[in-house]
Amino acid sequence: MTVWSVIGAGVAGLAVASELVARGAKVQVFDPGGPPGPHGCSWWAGGMLAPWCEFENAEEPVLRLGQNAIDWWAGRTRVHRRGTLVVANSRDLPDLRRFARRTEGLVDVNGPKITELEPDLNSFSKGLLFEAEAHLDPRQALRDLHRQLCDQGVVFHQKLAPPRLENAIDCRGLHAREVLHDLRGVKGEMLVIRCPDVTLTRPVRLLHPRMPLYIVPRGDGVYMLGATMIESEDSSRITARSMLELLSAAYALNPAFGEAEVLEIGVDLRPAFPDNLPRIRRLGHTIYANGLYRHGYLLAPALAQGVADLALDNKHSELVDEDRA
Amino acid sequence: MKTFYGTELPNPLMLGTAQYPSPAILERAFRDSGAGVATVSLRRESGAGQAFWQMIRDLGALILPNTAGCHTVKEAVTTAHMAREVFDTKWVKLELIGHTDSLQPDVFQLVETARILTEDGFQVFPYTTDDLIVGERLLGAGCEVLMPWGAPIGSGRGLNNTYALRAMRAEFPEVPLVIDAGVGLPSHAAQAMELGYDAVLLNTAVARAGDPAAMARAMMLAIQAGQLAHQADPIEARDMAEPSTPVIGKAFLS
Repeated sequence: MTVWSVIGAGVAGLAVASELVARGAKVQVFDPGGPPGPHGCSWWAGGMLAPWCEFENAEEPVLRLGQNAIDWWAGRTRVHRRGTLVVANSRDLPDLRRFARRTEGLVDVNGPKITELEPDLNSFSKGLLFEAEAHLDPRQALRDLHRQLCDQGVVFHQKLAPPRLENAIDCRGLHAREVLHDLRGVKGEMLVIRCPDVTLTRPVRLLHPRMPLYIVPRGDGVYMLGATMIESEDSSRITARSMLELLSAAYALNPAFGEAEVLEIGVDLRPAFPDNLPRIRRLGHTIYANGLYRHGYLLAPALAQGVADLALDNKHSELVDEDRA
Repeated sequence: MKTFYGTELPNPLMLGTAQYPSPAILERAFRDSGAGVATVSLRRESGAGQAFWQMIRDLGALILPNTAGCHTVKEAVTTAHMAREVFDTKWVKLELIGHTDSLQPDVFQLVETARILTEDGFQVFPYTTDDLIVGERLLGAGCEVLMPWGAPIGSGRGLNNTYALRAMRAEFPEVPLVIDAGVGLPSHAAQAMELGYDAVLLNTAVARAGDPAAMARAMMLAIQAGQLAHQADPIEARDMAEPSTPVIGKAFLS
């Protein structure tokens, strides 16, 4: 029986391994970094399963392919189906109207309704509720996938994959750019804060002219605050400006966030192709699955299904853009 | 046709490269519009956006680096130097923000920085207000191009003060003038060209449109229409109707 070698144990690699195993394939995983952890960029993700919100600024496949993600993940980790709330400061209300116009799956909510949904939110007069959206804890999701795969007999090798592997699936993200020349890194910065005084139960987005700022509850008063998008490949540290903007957003949602503890500062690079959509490429004996950009958890299931279709059934999903087997 | 520091623009659309949904869409906006100049910001991508910058170079447009987001002379000078190294050009769009909410330029620092950069061999494109005296000072500092605002950056409000912009055109007939900032619709861009401006610089109106490539093309068509109209010597507006066919001899009194 063919053994498939998945290289890279980030969200892409683990999702691919999980999908292959679910379809009865035999899989091993290589990652010199070991089990999922801060060395992978998916560790720093928000974990929003928000295809409708993302569609505001993304191509159509994100909306369509992303919708399957919620059920895919719900079968593997805990998914919170509480929707997404989008709000804007009064001076940015034209942006809220534009946001609503540019996507779907939303209902308008007024001030009292917003307070009913999230009593701890500062007073906002208008917002949008995307009821069908969901969120998960990305680190828990990675741990759950890892544990399930171990239970299913998948061997994890904590080392580099040997060269010239047959039946390899390369999910190394930006490390694969020596082969995938059109891959680039897009810098993202995020914070993890703890603020037990504030209770939010669903992701809240605050519209901002330059980036989608959002806060995702992680439980126990812990929140993930993200995320900048900067066309830079310097992931060494967060800038003061980014930190100011992230914290100002939290402060605008509820001034009590001013008392939050800053637990973590995350900076990493998202692997992205020029249209910011993921790709599957088969070159020789290796299938490359990459370019999840800011949609790691949202599009990893579709990417994994596309890889499994190609690897096991030689079927070409729309994400396959090159096949030179 | 006026030249910009000796360079003739392929066409009068200067298009920004920030805020697009993806580099692929940015590339399409340039391809579909044929914009002749690409402006690019360096400050937020300090030193490490090589992949992105290479993509900008590959657009095939003339590159005008800018100092967007700078608030002081020192910042702007440093950013200009970086731009010269990264893009190997003397051109720099000098943007010196004085007010956080309106992003209005700080014209005092602007004049000072323009002098410093000009003496250093830069060819400065200053983002300024529609104030004539400031314009004069900028020319005195060595600028050979002026870029007055139409309205605050990203506001999409169009030409807020056509009286002042007309006065500026009349005051500096030989200087290349560019409307920079505030354009939201193709009609705004056409209006700028009808006033006799030499080019229009815009970014948000295209990048944040639902279909950036289509909007970029619409802007280019409007700019060309406005330019053609200006060259065609438009009629003066009048208070009363003027029939387009002669009425003498017709029984119009019956």
